[in-house]
Parts: sequence; structure tokens; C-alpha cells
Amino acid sequence: MSDVAFLMHGFAVALTPANIGFMFLGVFLGVIIGVLPGLGAANGIAILLPLTFSMTPTSGIIMLSCIYWGALFGGAIASILFNIPGEPWSVATTFEGYPLAKQGRAGEALTTSFSSSFFGALCAVIILTFVAPIVARFALRFGPPEFFAVYLLTFFSFVGMGKASPYKVLAAMMIGFALAAVGIDTITGTPRLTFGVSKLLTGFDFLIAVIGLFGIGEILLSMEEGLKFQQEAVKINPRVVLQTWAKLPKYYIIFIRSMFIGVWMGVTPGGATPASFMSYGVAQKMSKQPENYGTGIIEGLVAPETAAHAAGTSALLPMITLGIPGSPTAAVLLGGLLIWGLEPGPLLFVQKPDFVWGLIASMYIGNVAGLIVVLSGVPFFAAILRVPFGIIAPIIVEICAVGAYTVHNAMLDVWFMIGFGIVGYFFKKLEYPMAPLVLAIVLGDKEEASFRQSMLVSQGHLSIVFTSSYLSGGLTVLAFIMLFWPLLAKGVRRILPKRAGVMADRPVE
Amino acid sequence: MEQSQEADRDGESVITYRTVEYIVAAVVLAVSILFLYGSYIVGIGWGIVGPQSGWYPFYVTLIIALCSIATIIKTLRTPRGGKLEQTFIERGQLKRVLLVLVPAALFVLGMELIGIYYAGTIYIALFMRYIGKYPWWRAWLLAIVINIIFFIMFEIWFAVPLYRGIYHFYGWTGY
Repeated sequence: MSDVAFLMHGFAVALTPANIGFMFLGVFLGVIIGVLPGLGAANGIAILLPLTFSMTPTSGIIMLSCIYWGALFGGAIASILFNIPGEPWSVATTFEGYPLAKQGRAGEALTTSFSSSFFGALCAVIILTFVAPIVARFALRFGPPEFFAVYLLTFFSFVGMGKASPYKVLAAMMIGFALAAVGIDTITGTPRLTFGVSKLLTGFDFLIAVIGLFGIGEILLSMEEGLKFQQEAVKINPRVVLQTWAKLPKYYIIFIRSMFIGVWMGVTPGGATPASFMSYGVAQKMSKQPENYGTGIIEGLVAPETAAHAAGTSALLPMITLGIPGSPTAAVLLGGLLIWGLEPGPLLFVQKPDFVWGLIASMYIGNVAGLIVVLSGVPFFAAILRVPFGIIAPIIVEICAVGAYTVHNAMLDVWFMIGFGIVGYFFKKLEYPMAPLVLAIVLGDKEEASFRQSMLVSQGHLSIVFTSSYLSGGLTVLAFIMLFWPLLAKGVRRILPKRAGVMADRPVE
Repeated sequence: MEQSQEADRDGESVITYRTVEYIVAAVVLAVSILFLYGSYIVGIGWGIVGPQSGWYPFYVTLIIALCSIATIIKTLRTPRGGKLEQTFIERGQLKRVLLVLVPAALFVLGMELIGIYYAGTIYIALFMRYIGKYPWWRAWLLAIVINIIFFIMFEIWFAVPLYRGIYHFYGWTGY
């Protein structure tokens, strides 16, 4: 069967009434999660994950991925109407979105950002549809050294590409690996690092870490800022939507460029947040009137929204083909696959075509559902954001506690959640990155296994990752280039004349 | 008088970034040393069937330890007067953070004792009353309604039983 035939089969799987219902429910919940500061896509999905265990894996992943699309859309609502980014990737949306809303053009701004998001996602899904099977077929030939090299590449990219201090990135990542190592050693069966606490035998679950770091940590941060919501008036009706749509096609160059930035940043583990900043920066740099940026111009809204959504979508490509998530949210989804007993990676395409193609087909439909839900529900979602923090904060804390408890039905996990919340607060403020930490907890066991298997094959010689095949050697070299990228870039800059970029000045998570 | 004095002090700096950098790096270092020891006692060598259980976590935590030392050195070598001397948190901000953190921890303690639904109801009601400054009746009404919704959602729809607490005092109800 060709890939198109598989895709059609996927649509047949995804288009059952129940799955369409889950899609709309997922998008709806996702937008609420995206609108509320303190609840993000990663921890929202982490909280709801245990509730999907009673569904079939396909319905479950459809609902959870739709929460993700919803959250990507929802972040823009808070940014534009309240100047509060509901999600980190919508920070760049506030630069132009809020000024537009202040000029009374909120409807136009919302329509622009939703439409850009939608097209960004759609293009990313199309690319994913045709590229994913090729990557998966290629990856079928991978052995442990190759997989270890791919992990190395993923994690080293964080160190080299991140804006934070490399020591902090490396420390955060290794903390993740160390936490993943707690409990029974999966290879020898020996308990380790439990310090006599029997409840630690099962180890730290990444879901607890996500809920604590992103949920509780975020609430503490929002509380510190003492959020005062000031909403700009919003008027959105079919006429505004159609008028805006008529204007959008002329921004096609910005759109295409942002889409490629987004797809690239999503596939490499950059994620949606740096993609949105980078795209905004590039749009400003290439603009004929860069001085107008920040005063409320449509171009500056198209760029980050397209890139964020394209990145968010394409982050699922390495997840389903290689088992390596491109973003923290994708990492949570990957954790979900593991819990459902599915082994993410190239074999998934062979063994569970229904699941993979159902998921891919649901990305097309889910984004259409998302566009419908957000365009029609703006006043409702804005009303949710107006609920004062004095009411919403304890509710979010209770929801987080429910989420943490349901993972293993363990009270200790709820205490760990509070602990991770405090850690998250300090780490966020001191710019220790969260994404590599979470990815490391999720991938820790698999990474350790492929590393130790490689070591067994080579009898302890680290050189195996270079010598086992050209592929793993090439990937490892690439990984080390990524790791030492800041140093290499410094060297290049010393040779070439200095050129200060806009992007370099922007804060990136 | 006392009120305004209290408000004046809200903007005061409690701690600078430099100090917090040292503290966090030191805590991470301490935890990594604990983990190094934990790995050491299960064996960090090369056993009959390949690397022993502690081998991998030992090197992972070694990197954490080295990174925290590097962060401390980097902070030491950063000249004074930069971003590191800025305020990490002001008094008023610290108060607000604790106003969320302490009740949240008490709520988890309550959950441990009497289960999530009762602890959650009391938590939301008290939080709304004392931090949100809502009237008692609104606080209790909303808290009870929300927890009834949670109960219906989790126990009945999703059939996920949540924690009842050490003192499951309403066991006779069948739930």
C-alpha cells in the first residue's frame, strides 16, 4: 500500500463518531489549558493521560494530541487580549498582538493568528505525512549504537543550541537521567538509589515531574508577578474573519519562511518557543520597515504563530518515527505510548499502522476542529481568563494533585509534585532549562539501555559509537559539533567580522 | 500606620540572584554527592554481565556534580554589579509566593489525612475567603460545587478512584 492509501485508511480510523467527539473535547480542553497561565499543554496532557487508559490507544492519542493543538491555539487568545502569554510559545505573539488589540483590532489579530497557526500546522502535517514513513523505513536498520547516537544528537543539541549556560543545560539534563535511573535497574534487576525507601522502587515518573515543574512551578511564578488581568475589547464576527482572510494571502513569503523555520526547529529538539522567537526575529530583520515592529503589525503576528504551530506539529515526527520527542509535550505523549504498551519508533509503522495513520489523519481533522472551536469560542475563552486568580489557583492545584495521584495511585507522588514545583520555580528563574530535564526522565531508561547494550557489544569501548557504522559515526560527529557549537561559533565569529543578530538578543526558553 | 509601613517594605530585596545561584548549585551538588554514594554502594564497576547497576548513574551524577561546581566557579568569576546583583525576589513577591505554596502544601497534607474531596473543598473555600477575599457563602458554595463535579467526573465517569485519606471517615457511604 502506498502512503496515500495508508493515509486514507487512517482517515477511516480517525473519522468514527466517537473519535470526532474526542477530538472536539480534546481541542476544547486544550484551548482552556492554553488560555490559563499555570496550566500548559505538557502538564495538561500529563494530568489527563491516566484518564485515557480506559480508551483504546488510538482514541487516547487522538484526544491527547488534540489537547496539544487546542493549547497551541489557546495561547494566542491570552497573549492578544490580555498581554499575558498563556504558553511560552505565545510570548512572541504578544509583541504585535497586544498593540493590535489596543487599537481595537483584536478580532483581526485573533483571526490572523488562528489562521496562521492553522496553515502552519497543516503544512507541517503534510510534510510529516510524506517524510515520516521514509524516516521510519530508514530507521528500521538502526541498532543500539545508532539509537544511542541519535539520543546523543538530541541531547547535545540542547546544550549547543540553548541560550542558557551550557553547565546548567547539562546539569538539568543529567538530573533527568539520574532521576530516571532511580528504582529497579531494568537490565540487572537490582534496586538502586532508593536509599531504603521501598516506594521509590518504581522510580520517579516523568508525569509527576511534568505536573510539578510546569504546573505548580508556573503557578508560583504567576503569583510572584501578581497578575492583574486587563482585557482589551474583542469583536469577532464572520465579517471581520472574512475581511482578514482576504488580506492574509499577501503575506505568503513570511508565511512560507516561518513555516520552514518552524518545521526545522520542531524536528530538531528546539521546539515551538525558540521557533516563534526566531521566526519573529527573522521577519523583523528581513522587513523593509523593521522600526514598525512592536507597534501592532500583521506580519509580526503571522511569523511567530505560523512557526510555533509548525514546530509543535513537526515535533511529533521524530517522536513517532524514532521514539525521540522534539518537545516536552511530545515527550509526554511518548510516555503515554509507552504506558499503552506501544513501542514508539520505526517498528510502530509496521506493527501498528492503524494507530500511526489514525494519529496522522487526526492531525488534519484536529486542526480543522481547532480552528472552528477557537473562532467560535473566543468570548467564552476570554471569560475563563477573567476568572480571578483567587479562585482559579486552588482549583488548578487540586487538578494537579488529582493528576499526580492517578499516575500510580500513590500519595508520595503528590508530595513529589510539590517538591518538583519548588524546584521548577527556582530552575525557571535561574534559567535551568526544563525541556531537556523532562526529555531525559522520559528517555532515560531507553537511553541507558541502548548505551549499555552498545557497551556490551564493544566490551566497554566508547569508540563503538564512532566505528560501528558510518551512520552512527556520522551522527556522533554531528552530535559533538552540536555540543561544541557555541565554541565553534565563537571561533567563526572571531575570523569573520562581527554581525549582531536580532535573534541573539531575544530570550529563548 | 503599621499597615503602610508593611506595604513600604514590600519592594525590599530579600535576596540577590548571586546568592540564589550559589544556593541552588550547592543543593544540586549535595544531592549529586548523595546519588554518587547511592550508585557506589550498588557497584560502579564492570561485572560478569557487563556494567554493574551503579555504573551508569555514577557517571551521570558525576557530570551533575562537575556542572554545579562549574556553575559556582562561573558565578564567583562574574564581576560584581551585573545582573547577578539584581533582586531575585522582593518581600511582597515572596509573601505572595508563600501564600500559594504553603496552602498548597497544607492541602496535600489534608489530602493525605482525609482524602482529596474533603481536603480540596476546605482548601478552595479557605483560599477564596482569605486570599481571594470573597464572602464565606460564595467560597463554600463554589468549593463544594467544584468538588462534587470532580467526584462525578473521576469516580463515576472515568471510574478512577481517588485518594480517600488515612482516616477514611465516610467509608460507610460506600464510596
